[in-house]
Amino acid sequence: MQIYLPIADLPVNIFLVLAMGLTIGFISGMFGIGGGFLMTPLLIFIGISPAVAVASVTSHIAASTFTGAISYWRKRAIDLSLALMLLAAGILGTAAGVWLFAVLRAIDQLDLTIGLSYVTLLTLVGVLMIKEGVQAELRARRGQPATLRRPGSHNWVHGLPLKMRFKRSKIYVSLIPVWGIGFLIGFIGAVLGIGGGFLLVPMLIYFLRVPTATVIGTSMVMTLVTMTSATVMHAATNHLVDAVLALILMVGGVIGAQFGAHTGQRMRAERLRLLLGLLVFAVGLRFAYDLVVIPDDLYSIRVVRSQ
Amino acid sequence: MRVPAFAIAMIAAAGAAASAPAQAEKLVVSLSTHRVAVTSNFIGAELVLFGTIEPDAPRTALRSSYDLVTTVTGPNVTLRTRRKERVLGIWVNVDSREFIRVPSYLGVLSNRPIQQIADTATARKLQLGLNYIILTQRIGTDFADAVSDDPFRLNFVNLQKEAEQYREEANGVTFLTPTVFRVSIPLPANVPTGTYTVDVKLFAGGQMLSRTNTALEVIKSGFEQYVFEASQNHGLIYGVVTAMMALLIGWFATVVFRRD
Repeated sequence: MQIYLPIADLPVNIFLVLAMGLTIGFISGMFGIGGGFLMTPLLIFIGISPAVAVASVTSHIAASTFTGAISYWRKRAIDLSLALMLLAAGILGTAAGVWLFAVLRAIDQLDLTIGLSYVTLLTLVGVLMIKEGVQAELRARRGQPATLRRPGSHNWVHGLPLKMRFKRSKIYVSLIPVWGIGFLIGFIGAVLGIGGGFLLVPMLIYFLRVPTATVIGTSMVMTLVTMTSATVMHAATNHLVDAVLALILMVGGVIGAQFGAHTGQRMRAERLRLLLGLLVFAVGLRFAYDLVVIPDDLYSIRVVRSQ
Repeated sequence: MRVPAFAIAMIAAAGAAASAPAQAEKLVVSLSTHRVAVTSNFIGAELVLFGTIEPDAPRTALRSSYDLVTTVTGPNVTLRTRRKERVLGIWVNVDSREFIRVPSYLGVLSNRPIQQIADTATARKLQLGLNYIILTQRIGTDFADAVSDDPFRLNFVNLQKEAEQYREEANGVTFLTPTVFRVSIPLPANVPTGTYTVDVKLFAGGQMLSRTNTALEVIKSGFEQYVFEASQNHGLIYGVVTAMMALLIGWFATVVFRRD
Protein backbone atom coordinates (compact mmCIF):
# COMPACT_ATOMS: atom_id res chain seq x y z
CA MET A 1 0.00 0.00 0.00
CA GLN A 2 1.53 3.26 -1.11
CA ILE A 3 1.25 6.46 0.86
CA TYR A 4 2.45 9.86 -0.31
CA LEU A 5 4.77 11.67 2.09
CA PRO A 6 3.88 15.38 2.19
CA ILE A 7 7.35 16.77 3.00
CA ALA A 8 9.58 14.14 1.40
CA ASP A 9 7.42 14.55 -1.74
CA LEU A 10 7.31 10.94 -2.80
CA PRO A 11 5.17 7.86 -2.25
CA VAL A 12 6.49 4.98 -0.16
CA ASN A 13 5.18 1.56 0.71
CA ILE A 14 3.66 1.91 4.17
CA PHE A 15 4.48 -1.70 5.13
CA LEU A 16 8.10 -1.37 4.06
CA VAL A 17 8.56 1.71 6.26
CA LEU A 18 6.70 0.02 9.12
CA ALA A 19 9.00 -3.02 8.84
CA MET A 20 12.05 -0.74 8.86
CA GLY A 21 10.72 0.92 12.01
CA LEU A 22 10.14 -2.48 13.65
CA THR A 23 13.60 -3.80 12.80
CA ILE A 24 15.52 -0.71 13.88
CA GLY A 25 13.26 -0.42 16.92
CA PHE A 26 14.12 -3.99 17.90
CA ILE A 27 17.85 -3.27 17.62
CA SER A 28 17.50 0.01 19.50
CA GLY A 29 15.53 -1.61 22.33
CA MET A 30 17.98 -4.48 22.56
CA PHE A 31 21.13 -2.37 22.76
CA GLY A 32 19.66 0.76 24.28
CA ILE A 33 20.68 2.96 21.37
CA GLY A 34 18.60 5.32 19.22
CA GLY A 35 19.40 3.53 15.98
CA GLY A 36 19.76 6.73 13.97
CA PHE A 37 23.03 5.58 12.43
CA LEU A 38 21.12 2.65 10.90
CA MET A 39 17.80 4.35 10.10
CA THR A 40 19.13 7.45 8.32
CA PRO A 41 21.11 5.47 5.69
CA LEU A 42 18.13 3.12 5.19
CA LEU A 43 15.76 6.01 4.48
CA ILE A 44 18.24 7.55 2.04
CA PHE A 45 18.46 4.14 0.38
CA ILE A 46 14.70 4.04 -0.31
CA GLY A 47 14.92 7.44 -2.00
CA ILE A 48 14.20 9.98 0.72
CA SER A 49 16.46 13.02 0.51
CA PRO A 50 19.24 13.01 3.16
CA ALA A 51 18.04 16.28 4.69
CA VAL A 52 14.47 15.02 5.19
CA ALA A 53 15.75 11.65 6.42
CA VAL A 54 18.01 13.22 9.06
CA ALA A 55 15.29 15.60 10.24
CA SER A 56 12.51 13.00 10.42
CA VAL A 57 14.60 10.32 12.09
CA THR A 58 15.10 12.60 15.10
CA SER A 59 11.42 12.28 16.06
CA HIS A 60 11.50 8.53 15.54
CA ILE A 61 14.47 8.27 17.92
CA ALA A 62 12.64 10.50 20.41
CA ALA A 63 9.70 8.08 20.43
CA SER A 64 11.70 4.88 20.80
CA THR A 65 14.09 6.29 23.43
CA PHE A 66 11.12 7.62 25.42
CA THR A 67 9.65 4.11 25.53
CA GLY A 68 13.01 2.75 26.63
CA ALA A 69 13.60 5.52 29.15
CA ILE A 70 10.24 4.87 30.85
CA SER A 71 10.97 1.19 31.36
CA TYR A 72 14.49 1.92 32.62
CA TRP A 73 13.03 4.57 34.93
CA ARG A 74 10.69 1.99 36.44
CA LYS A 75 13.69 -0.26 37.05
CA ARG A 76 15.51 2.69 38.67
CA ALA A 77 18.27 2.24 36.09
CA ILE A 78 18.72 5.92 35.22
CA ASP A 79 21.28 8.25 36.75
CA LEU A 80 19.43 11.53 36.37
CA SER A 81 22.13 13.80 37.75
CA LEU A 82 24.71 12.30 35.37
CA ALA A 83 22.26 12.71 32.47
CA LEU A 84 21.69 16.36 33.38
CA MET A 85 25.43 17.07 33.51
CA LEU A 86 25.91 15.43 30.11
CA LEU A 87 22.98 17.40 28.66
CA ALA A 88 24.26 20.76 29.93
CA ALA A 89 27.34 20.39 27.71
CA GLY A 90 25.43 18.48 25.04
CA ILE A 91 23.29 21.49 24.16
CA LEU A 92 26.41 23.59 23.49
CA GLY A 93 27.80 20.79 21.37
CA THR A 94 24.57 20.61 19.37
CA ALA A 95 24.67 24.32 18.63
CA ALA A 96 28.28 24.02 17.42
CA GLY A 97 27.34 21.01 15.32
CA VAL A 98 24.40 22.75 13.66
CA TRP A 99 26.73 25.61 12.70
CA LEU A 100 29.30 23.25 11.15
CA PHE A 101 26.50 21.34 9.37
CA ALA A 102 25.43 24.50 7.55
CA VAL A 103 29.02 25.40 6.61
CA LEU A 104 29.80 21.94 5.24
CA ARG A 105 26.54 21.85 3.29
CA ALA A 106 27.34 25.18 1.68
CA ILE A 107 30.74 23.99 0.44
CA ASP A 108 29.35 20.61 -0.74
CA GLN A 109 31.50 18.57 1.62
CA LEU A 110 28.76 17.43 3.98
CA ASP A 111 28.37 13.96 2.44
CA LEU A 112 32.11 13.37 2.54
CA THR A 113 32.39 14.52 6.15
CA ILE A 114 29.48 12.31 7.17
CA GLY A 115 31.01 9.39 5.29
CA LEU A 116 34.50 9.82 6.75
CA SER A 117 33.19 10.39 10.26
CA TYR A 118 30.98 7.33 10.07
CA VAL A 119 33.87 5.19 8.87
CA THR A 120 36.26 6.46 11.54
CA LEU A 121 33.83 6.39 14.43
CA LEU A 122 32.02 3.18 13.60
CA THR A 123 35.07 1.05 12.79
CA LEU A 124 37.01 2.39 15.79
CA VAL A 125 34.17 1.97 18.27
CA GLY A 126 33.23 -1.34 16.65
CA VAL A 127 36.73 -2.76 16.99
CA LEU A 128 37.00 -1.63 20.62
CA MET A 129 33.66 -3.19 21.50
CA ILE A 130 34.43 -6.43 19.69
CA LYS A 131 37.79 -6.71 21.49
CA GLU A 132 36.19 -6.10 24.85
CA GLY A 133 33.32 -8.45 24.06
CA VAL A 134 35.56 -11.29 22.91
CA GLN A 135 37.69 -11.02 26.04
CA ALA A 136 34.59 -11.14 28.23
CA GLU A 137 33.24 -14.07 26.24
CA LEU A 138 36.52 -15.99 26.69
CA ARG A 139 36.51 -15.31 30.42
CA ALA A 140 32.97 -16.65 30.60
CA ARG A 141 33.98 -19.78 28.66
CA ARG A 142 36.79 -20.49 31.11
CA GLY A 143 34.21 -20.31 33.82
CA GLN A 144 35.67 -17.21 35.43
CA PRO A 145 33.11 -14.87 36.95
CA ALA A 146 32.85 -11.40 35.48
CA THR A 147 35.47 -9.31 37.23
CA LEU A 148 33.96 -7.48 40.14
CA ARG A 149 36.61 -4.81 40.29
CA ARG A 150 36.59 -3.35 36.81
CA PRO A 151 40.16 -3.37 35.50
CA GLY A 152 41.74 0.02 35.15
CA SER A 153 39.11 1.61 37.33
CA HIS A 154 41.50 4.35 38.18
CA ASN A 155 42.78 5.72 34.89
CA TRP A 156 43.96 9.26 34.16
CA VAL A 157 40.37 10.47 34.02
CA HIS A 158 40.09 9.95 37.73
CA GLY A 159 43.00 12.29 38.41
CA LEU A 160 41.13 15.34 37.12
CA PRO A 161 39.75 17.97 39.50
CA LEU A 162 36.15 19.18 39.97
CA LYS A 163 34.89 15.83 41.15
CA MET A 164 31.28 15.02 41.77
CA ARG A 165 29.61 11.97 43.24
CA PHE A 166 26.89 10.30 41.17
CA LYS A 167 24.99 8.17 43.68
CA ARG A 168 22.86 6.08 41.37
CA SER A 169 25.87 5.00 39.32
CA LYS A 170 28.08 4.74 42.40
CA ILE A 171 30.88 6.67 40.75
CA TYR A 172 32.94 9.66 41.85
CA VAL A 173 34.39 11.42 38.82
CA SER A 174 35.51 14.80 37.58
CA LEU A 175 32.92 16.89 35.74
CA ILE A 176 35.47 17.78 33.04
CA PRO A 177 35.27 14.45 31.17
CA VAL A 178 31.49 14.35 31.74
CA TRP A 179 31.08 17.73 30.06
CA GLY A 180 33.61 16.79 27.39
CA ILE A 181 31.67 13.67 26.48
CA GLY A 182 28.34 15.55 26.55
CA PHE A 183 29.69 18.26 24.24
CA LEU A 184 31.21 15.73 21.84
CA ILE A 185 28.01 13.66 21.61
CA GLY A 186 25.86 16.75 21.03
CA PHE A 187 28.29 17.99 18.38
CA ILE A 188 28.60 14.67 16.54
CA GLY A 189 24.86 14.08 16.78
CA ALA A 190 24.05 17.39 15.11
CA VAL A 191 26.59 16.99 12.30
CA LEU A 192 25.84 13.35 11.54
CA GLY A 193 22.12 13.44 12.30
CA ILE A 194 22.30 10.65 14.85
CA GLY A 195 21.46 10.35 18.52
CA GLY A 196 24.95 9.16 19.34
CA GLY A 197 23.88 6.38 21.71
CA PHE A 198 26.29 3.90 20.14
CA LEU A 199 29.14 6.29 21.01
CA LEU A 200 27.83 7.47 24.34
CA VAL A 201 27.35 4.03 25.87
CA PRO A 202 30.95 2.86 25.31
CA MET A 203 32.34 6.27 26.31
CA LEU A 204 30.46 6.19 29.59
CA ILE A 205 31.71 2.67 30.23
CA TYR A 206 35.34 3.15 29.23
CA PHE A 207 36.05 6.68 30.44
CA LEU A 208 33.72 7.16 33.36
CA ARG A 209 33.32 3.52 34.41
CA VAL A 210 29.58 3.92 34.64
CA PRO A 211 28.22 0.49 35.63
CA THR A 212 26.16 -1.56 33.18
CA ALA A 213 23.12 -1.16 35.43
CA THR A 214 22.70 2.54 34.74
CA VAL A 215 24.64 3.19 31.53
CA ILE A 216 21.91 2.40 29.00
CA GLY A 217 19.11 4.16 30.86
CA THR A 218 21.24 7.27 31.33
CA SER A 219 22.33 7.30 27.71
CA MET A 220 18.67 7.01 26.67
CA VAL A 221 17.66 10.05 28.68
CA MET A 222 20.36 12.11 27.01
CA THR A 223 19.39 10.86 23.53
CA LEU A 224 15.72 11.50 24.29
CA VAL A 225 16.27 15.13 25.22
CA THR A 226 18.67 15.94 22.37
CA MET A 227 16.48 14.24 19.76
CA THR A 228 13.24 15.83 20.99
CA SER A 229 14.79 19.28 20.83
CA ALA A 230 16.39 18.43 17.47
CA THR A 231 12.92 17.59 16.09
CA VAL A 232 11.59 20.97 17.13
CA MET A 233 14.72 22.77 15.84
CA HIS A 234 14.69 21.02 12.46
CA ALA A 235 10.95 21.69 12.04
CA ALA A 236 11.28 25.34 13.00
CA THR A 237 14.35 26.18 10.92
CA ASN A 238 14.58 23.82 7.94
CA HIS A 239 10.90 22.74 7.66
CA LEU A 240 12.12 19.27 6.75
CA VAL A 241 10.47 17.01 9.33
CA ASP A 242 8.00 14.70 7.60
CA ALA A 243 5.38 13.95 10.24
CA VAL A 244 3.71 11.21 8.19
CA LEU A 245 7.00 9.39 7.65
CA ALA A 246 7.91 9.91 11.31
CA LEU A 247 4.55 8.55 12.48
CA ILE A 248 4.92 5.29 10.53
CA LEU A 249 8.50 4.86 11.73
CA MET A 250 7.53 5.57 15.34
CA VAL A 251 4.68 3.08 15.45
CA GLY A 252 6.99 0.37 14.10
CA GLY A 253 9.86 1.58 16.25
CA VAL A 254 8.16 1.52 19.64
CA ILE A 255 6.70 -1.95 19.05
CA GLY A 256 10.06 -3.27 17.91
CA ALA A 257 11.79 -1.61 20.86
CA GLN A 258 9.58 -3.50 23.34
CA PHE A 259 10.56 -6.87 21.95
CA GLY A 260 14.16 -5.77 21.59
CA ALA A 261 14.34 -4.69 25.22
CA HIS A 262 13.00 -8.05 26.40
CA THR A 263 15.48 -9.94 24.23
CA GLY A 264 18.30 -7.70 25.42
CA GLN A 265 17.50 -8.18 29.11
CA ARG A 266 17.77 -11.94 28.75
CA MET A 267 21.31 -11.65 27.41
CA ARG A 268 24.56 -11.06 29.26
CA ALA A 269 25.79 -7.46 29.04
CA GLU A 270 29.16 -8.56 27.63
CA ARG A 271 27.62 -10.58 24.83
CA LEU A 272 25.26 -7.71 24.06
CA ARG A 273 28.24 -5.39 23.71
CA LEU A 274 30.00 -7.85 21.43
CA LEU A 275 26.95 -8.04 19.16
CA LEU A 276 26.56 -4.28 19.07
CA GLY A 277 30.28 -4.00 18.31
CA LEU A 278 29.89 -6.33 15.32
CA LEU A 279 26.88 -4.38 14.05
CA VAL A 280 28.62 -1.03 14.42
CA PHE A 281 31.76 -2.35 12.73
CA ALA A 282 29.76 -3.77 9.80
CA VAL A 283 28.00 -0.47 9.18
CA GLY A 284 31.38 1.28 9.35
CA LEU A 285 32.80 -1.06 6.68
CA ARG A 286 29.76 -0.40 4.49
CA PHE A 287 30.48 3.33 4.60
CA ALA A 288 34.17 2.75 3.92
CA TYR A 289 33.20 0.72 0.84
CA ASP A 290 31.07 3.61 -0.45
CA LEU A 291 33.95 6.05 -0.08
CA VAL A 292 36.55 3.94 -1.83
CA VAL A 293 34.64 2.19 -4.60
CA ILE A 294 33.95 4.10 -7.82
CA PRO A 295 30.51 5.68 -7.43
CA ASP A 296 27.79 4.73 -9.94
CA ASP A 297 27.61 8.34 -10.93
CA LEU A 298 30.40 10.85 -10.44
CA TYR A 299 27.86 13.63 -10.63
CA SER A 300 25.13 14.47 -8.15
CA ILE A 301 22.51 17.18 -7.84
CA ARG A 302 21.50 19.26 -4.86
CA VAL A 303 18.55 21.65 -4.75
CA VAL A 304 19.79 25.13 -3.98
CA ARG A 305 16.52 27.04 -4.26
CA SER A 306 12.98 26.14 -5.24
CA GLN A 307 11.09 28.62 -7.42
CA MET B 1 -17.42 30.14 -37.27
CA ARG B 2 -16.00 33.21 -35.65
CA VAL B 3 -12.51 32.75 -34.27
CA PRO B 4 -12.08 34.40 -30.87
CA ALA B 5 -9.93 37.50 -30.94
CA PHE B 6 -7.29 36.17 -28.50
CA ALA B 7 -6.73 33.09 -30.61
CA ILE B 8 -6.03 35.24 -33.64
CA ALA B 9 -3.59 37.33 -31.63
CA MET B 10 -1.83 34.25 -30.31
CA ILE B 11 -1.52 32.65 -33.70
CA ALA B 12 -0.33 35.92 -35.19
CA ALA B 13 2.33 36.24 -32.52
CA ALA B 14 3.41 32.65 -32.99
CA GLY B 15 3.53 33.12 -36.72
CA ALA B 16 5.70 36.18 -36.42
CA ALA B 17 8.07 34.45 -34.03
CA ALA B 18 8.48 31.49 -36.30
CA SER B 19 8.76 33.60 -39.43
CA ALA B 20 6.83 30.84 -41.12
CA PRO B 21 5.33 31.33 -44.54
CA ALA B 22 1.73 32.39 -44.83
CA GLN B 23 -0.18 31.20 -41.80
CA ALA B 24 -2.46 28.41 -42.90
CA GLU B 25 -3.08 26.18 -39.90
CA LYS B 26 -4.18 26.66 -36.38
CA LEU B 27 -4.07 24.37 -33.39
CA VAL B 28 -6.98 23.65 -31.11
CA VAL B 29 -5.94 21.75 -28.00
CA SER B 30 -7.62 20.55 -24.84
CA LEU B 31 -5.96 19.14 -21.74
CA SER B 32 -7.70 16.32 -19.85
CA THR B 33 -7.28 18.20 -16.60
CA HIS B 34 -5.74 21.50 -15.62
CA ARG B 35 -5.32 20.59 -11.98
CA VAL B 36 -3.43 17.57 -10.69
CA ALA B 37 -4.10 16.96 -7.01
CA VAL B 38 -1.36 15.26 -5.02
CA THR B 39 -3.19 13.29 -2.35
CA SER B 40 -1.99 10.62 0.07
CA ASN B 41 -2.43 7.88 -2.53
CA PHE B 42 -0.73 9.79 -5.37
CA ILE B 43 1.61 7.55 -7.36
CA GLY B 44 2.08 9.74 -10.41
CA ALA B 45 -0.33 10.71 -13.16
CA GLU B 46 -0.66 10.65 -16.89
CA LEU B 47 -2.37 13.62 -18.48
CA VAL B 48 -3.73 13.57 -21.98
CA LEU B 49 -3.83 16.49 -24.36
CA PHE B 50 -6.06 16.19 -27.40
CA GLY B 51 -5.82 18.52 -30.33
CA THR B 52 -6.72 19.09 -33.93
CA ILE B 53 -5.08 20.94 -36.77
CA GLU B 54 -7.56 23.16 -38.51
CA PRO B 55 -7.31 25.36 -41.57
CA ASP B 56 -7.00 28.98 -40.63
CA ALA B 57 -9.27 30.15 -43.44
CA PRO B 58 -12.19 28.06 -44.70
CA ARG B 59 -10.72 27.14 -48.04
CA THR B 60 -7.07 26.68 -47.16
CA ALA B 61 -5.84 23.23 -48.03
CA LEU B 62 -4.17 21.19 -45.27
CA ARG B 63 -0.88 19.43 -45.84
CA SER B 64 -0.56 15.70 -45.95
CA SER B 65 1.65 15.26 -42.91
CA TYR B 66 2.49 17.26 -39.81
CA ASP B 67 4.90 17.01 -36.93
CA LEU B 68 4.13 18.03 -33.40
CA VAL B 69 6.39 18.90 -30.47
CA THR B 70 4.90 19.48 -27.02
CA THR B 71 7.10 20.91 -24.27
CA VAL B 72 5.85 20.70 -20.69
CA THR B 73 7.83 22.92 -18.32
CA GLY B 74 7.56 22.76 -14.52
CA PRO B 75 8.29 25.53 -12.01
CA ASN B 76 11.85 26.88 -11.94
CA VAL B 77 14.47 25.67 -9.49
CA THR B 78 18.15 26.35 -8.94
CA LEU B 79 20.15 23.15 -8.73
CA ARG B 80 23.81 22.52 -8.07
CA THR B 81 25.54 19.71 -9.92
CA ARG B 82 28.68 18.37 -8.30
CA ARG B 83 31.45 16.23 -9.69
CA LYS B 84 33.45 13.72 -7.69
CA GLU B 85 37.08 12.91 -8.19
CA ARG B 86 39.36 10.48 -6.42
CA VAL B 87 41.55 12.23 -3.86
CA LEU B 88 43.90 10.10 -1.75
CA GLY B 89 41.86 7.01 -2.52
CA ILE B 90 38.45 8.35 -1.64
CA TRP B 91 35.83 10.06 -3.76
CA VAL B 92 35.40 13.75 -3.06
CA ASN B 93 33.24 16.49 -4.63
CA VAL B 94 35.86 18.64 -6.30
CA ASP B 95 33.89 20.79 -8.70
CA SER B 96 30.36 22.13 -8.97
CA ARG B 97 28.16 24.22 -11.23
CA GLU B 98 24.89 25.88 -10.41
CA PHE B 99 22.03 25.65 -12.87
CA ILE B 100 20.06 28.83 -12.33
CA ARG B 101 16.26 28.84 -12.59
CA VAL B 102 15.98 25.77 -14.75
CA PRO B 103 12.77 23.75 -15.12
CA SER B 104 12.19 21.32 -12.27
CA TYR B 105 10.21 19.18 -14.70
CA LEU B 106 10.70 19.08 -18.44
CA GLY B 107 8.84 16.80 -20.79
CA VAL B 108 9.48 17.02 -24.52
CA LEU B 109 6.97 14.88 -26.40
CA SER B 110 6.93 14.53 -30.15
CA ASN B 111 5.65 12.18 -32.83
CA ARG B 112 9.16 11.38 -34.05
CA PRO B 113 12.73 12.30 -33.08
CA ILE B 114 13.35 16.06 -32.93
CA GLN B 115 16.26 15.92 -35.39
CA GLN B 116 13.90 14.52 -38.02
CA ILE B 117 11.34 17.25 -37.38
CA ALA B 118 13.53 20.33 -37.63
CA ASP B 119 17.14 21.18 -38.45
CA THR B 120 19.65 22.16 -35.78
CA ALA B 121 19.29 25.89 -36.32
CA THR B 122 15.51 25.76 -35.93
CA ALA B 123 15.72 23.40 -32.96
CA ARG B 124 18.16 25.75 -31.25
CA LYS B 125 16.08 28.83 -31.96
CA LEU B 126 12.87 27.25 -30.69
CA GLN B 127 14.59 25.34 -27.82
CA LEU B 128 13.28 22.03 -29.08
CA GLY B 129 14.25 19.03 -27.01
CA LEU B 130 16.64 18.48 -24.12
CA ASN B 131 19.68 19.22 -26.28
CA TYR B 132 18.57 22.71 -27.17
CA ILE B 133 16.63 23.87 -24.16
CA ILE B 134 18.44 26.74 -22.47
CA LEU B 135 19.87 25.69 -19.12
CA THR B 136 21.63 28.67 -17.61
CA GLN B 137 24.75 27.81 -15.60
CA ARG B 138 26.75 29.97 -13.32
CA ILE B 139 30.39 29.45 -14.18
CA GLY B 140 32.35 31.55 -11.75
CA THR B 141 30.81 34.98 -12.23
CA ASP B 142 29.41 34.31 -15.70
CA PHE B 143 25.89 33.20 -16.52
CA ALA B 144 25.62 31.21 -19.69
CA ASP B 145 24.23 28.10 -21.27
CA ALA B 146 27.04 25.76 -22.22
CA VAL B 147 27.15 23.72 -25.41
CA SER B 148 25.03 20.59 -25.30
CA ASP B 149 28.03 18.28 -24.92
CA ASP B 150 29.41 20.13 -21.90
CA PRO B 151 30.01 17.38 -19.29
CA PHE B 152 28.18 19.20 -16.51
CA ARG B 153 25.17 19.89 -18.70
CA LEU B 154 25.18 16.34 -20.05
CA ASN B 155 25.33 14.77 -16.62
CA PHE B 156 22.81 17.20 -15.20
CA VAL B 157 20.30 16.23 -17.89
CA ASN B 158 21.07 12.53 -17.39
CA LEU B 159 20.55 12.74 -13.64
CA GLN B 160 17.27 14.56 -14.14
CA LYS B 161 16.23 11.89 -16.64
CA GLU B 162 17.07 9.14 -14.15
CA ALA B 163 14.97 10.93 -11.55
CA GLU B 164 12.19 10.94 -14.18
CA GLN B 165 12.00 14.72 -14.04
CA TYR B 166 13.32 15.30 -17.55
CA ARG B 167 12.21 13.23 -20.48
CA GLU B 168 12.23 13.36 -24.23
CA GLU B 169 9.85 10.96 -25.89
CA ALA B 170 9.75 10.60 -29.65
CA ASN B 171 6.53 8.60 -29.40
CA GLY B 172 4.75 10.85 -26.93
CA VAL B 173 2.50 12.24 -29.64
CA THR B 174 0.12 10.01 -31.57
CA PHE B 175 -1.68 11.15 -34.70
CA LEU B 176 -5.12 9.56 -34.64
CA THR B 177 -5.93 10.97 -38.08
CA PRO B 178 -3.60 13.18 -40.12
CA THR B 179 -5.05 16.20 -38.30
CA VAL B 180 -6.15 14.87 -34.90
CA PHE B 181 -3.51 14.10 -32.30
CA ARG B 182 -3.13 12.91 -28.76
CA VAL B 183 -0.23 13.79 -26.43
CA SER B 184 0.34 11.80 -23.26
CA ILE B 185 2.11 13.74 -20.52
CA PRO B 186 3.55 11.48 -17.82
CA LEU B 187 4.01 13.03 -14.39
CA PRO B 188 6.16 10.96 -11.99
CA ALA B 189 5.16 10.37 -8.36
CA ASN B 190 7.75 12.86 -7.09
CA VAL B 191 6.61 15.60 -9.47
CA PRO B 192 7.24 19.10 -8.09
CA THR B 193 4.20 21.16 -7.20
CA GLY B 194 3.49 24.42 -8.97
CA THR B 195 2.38 25.80 -12.31
CA TYR B 196 3.34 24.02 -15.50
CA THR B 197 3.23 25.44 -19.00
CA VAL B 198 2.37 23.24 -21.96
CA ASP B 199 3.68 24.56 -25.24
CA VAL B 200 2.47 22.88 -28.43
CA LYS B 201 4.30 23.54 -31.70
CA LEU B 202 3.18 22.37 -35.12
CA PHE B 203 5.71 21.66 -37.86
CA ALA B 204 5.66 20.64 -41.48
CA GLY B 205 8.64 20.34 -43.77
CA GLY B 206 11.00 21.48 -41.01
CA GLN B 207 9.18 24.77 -40.48
CA MET B 208 7.06 25.78 -37.54
CA LEU B 209 3.56 26.56 -38.74
CA SER B 210 1.74 27.33 -35.57
CA ARG B 211 1.99 27.15 -31.82
CA THR B 212 -0.31 27.41 -28.88
CA ASN B 213 -0.01 26.95 -25.16
CA THR B 214 -1.95 26.01 -22.13
CA ALA B 215 -1.15 25.46 -18.48
CA LEU B 216 -1.70 23.03 -15.67
CA GLU B 217 -1.23 23.12 -11.98
CA VAL B 218 0.11 20.45 -9.63
CA ILE B 219 -1.08 21.05 -6.09
CA LYS B 220 -1.09 19.17 -2.85
CA SER B 221 -4.60 18.68 -1.58
CA GLY B 222 -6.49 17.48 1.46
CA PHE B 223 -4.39 16.06 4.29
CA GLU B 224 -1.15 16.34 2.33
CA GLN B 225 -1.73 20.04 1.79
CA TYR B 226 -2.66 20.57 5.42
CA VAL B 227 0.50 18.90 6.72
CA PHE B 228 2.72 20.58 4.15
CA GLU B 229 1.37 24.06 4.86
CA ALA B 230 1.61 23.56 8.60
CA SER B 231 5.27 22.53 8.26
CA GLN B 232 6.11 25.53 6.10
CA ASN B 233 4.08 28.27 7.79
CA HIS B 234 4.02 27.19 11.42
CA GLY B 235 7.32 25.35 11.74
CA LEU B 236 7.70 25.73 15.48
CA ILE B 237 4.16 24.55 16.32
CA TYR B 238 4.52 21.76 13.79
CA GLY B 239 7.78 20.67 15.42
CA VAL B 240 6.32 20.78 18.93
CA VAL B 241 3.28 18.77 17.80
CA THR B 242 5.51 16.18 16.09
CA ALA B 243 7.68 15.91 19.21
CA MET B 244 4.57 15.53 21.41
CA MET B 245 3.29 12.86 19.04
CA ALA B 246 6.61 11.02 19.39
CA LEU B 247 6.48 11.13 23.19
CA LEU B 248 2.82 10.12 23.25
CA ILE B 249 3.45 7.11 21.04
CA GLY B 250 6.50 6.19 23.09
CA TRP B 251 4.49 6.38 26.31
CA PHE B 252 1.52 4.55 24.80
CA ALA B 253 3.75 1.63 23.84
CA THR B 254 4.91 1.15 27.42
CA VAL B 255 1.28 1.08 28.60
CA VAL B 256 0.20 -1.40 25.94
CA PHE B 257 3.22 -3.65 26.39
CA ARG B 258 3.60 -3.39 30.14
CA ARG B 259 4.30 -6.87 31.41
CA ASP B 260 5.14 -6.28 35.02
